[in-house]
Amino acid sequence: MGKRQLHIVDAAYRATLEEQDDTIVWLCHALRGAGAELDLLLHGNAVGYGVAGQEVAPLCFGARLQRHAPDLPGDLAKLLAKRATCFYVEEDATERGIDPGELLEGLVPVLRAKLATLFSRYDQVHRW
Amino acid sequence: MPSKRTLTFALMDPPFESARSTTALRLVDRALQRGHDVNVFAYEGAVALCFARQKPHANAVHGRSVEEEDHPLPRDWVAALLELARERGLRLDWANCGLCVDERGVEESIPGTRRGSPADLARFIEESDNTLVIPTSD
Repeated sequence: MGKRQLHIVDAAYRATLEEQDDTIVWLCHALRGAGAELDLLLHGNAVGYGVAGQEVAPLCFGARLQRHAPDLPGDLAKLLAKRATCFYVEEDATERGIDPGELLEGLVPVLRAKLATLFSRYDQVHRW
Repeated sequence: MPSKRTLTFALMDPPFESARSTTALRLVDRALQRGHDVNVFAYEGAVALCFARQKPHANAVHGRSVEEEDHPLPRDWVAALLELARERGLRLDWANCGLCVDERGVEESIPGTRRGSPADLARFIEESDNTLVIPTSD
């Protein structure tokens, strides 16, 4: 049985347009594909990734139309389908005016005061 | 319609590291679309924005081939902006700080961009109606 990992997305929306995704969510997919046992925690601005139904307008520079805008909630949904748990910090969502009803089904809220307890369930916690 | 201006953008961020570089290129696009001449002084990591050897890749997580993925390459975006300027008869003068280029080994820059120095920025500032610095940030 491998080490249980919790990956924290802290630096949100860093280069999602150039990368067509969040690189840490992407990394979690790749690690999961390699057999890792991991979960994800959306922290700070990253809670916005969980808002369902959001759309990114296509980028266009001159005549160059860029295909495949990032689908952040879609990538989270696919991670959930791979049996990874995706947590979000409840207060971070509240502070940003995000109602729990707007979030992707299956995301798990966690209070700030309970983060230490959450971390204690894992062998390693990686904050990105 | 506002009269034609000359705008300078000073950029610092490298590609694939922040949304600021994408935002900067969108602003350059808007400036050109509105008929203004543009200077860009690429400083520090921003000199890699037009590095000619950037390569697209497939993405197994997305389940797409190289062709399907259409992975964004800032060099292609810059090339599209240079083409836009050419079509509109505008000037897009893109100067990369030469010392920053040497430090990073990104000498091969796409056609239409050039090696420069802080002297270019000094001239850009003097010649422009305004200068926008988009600095790197923690």
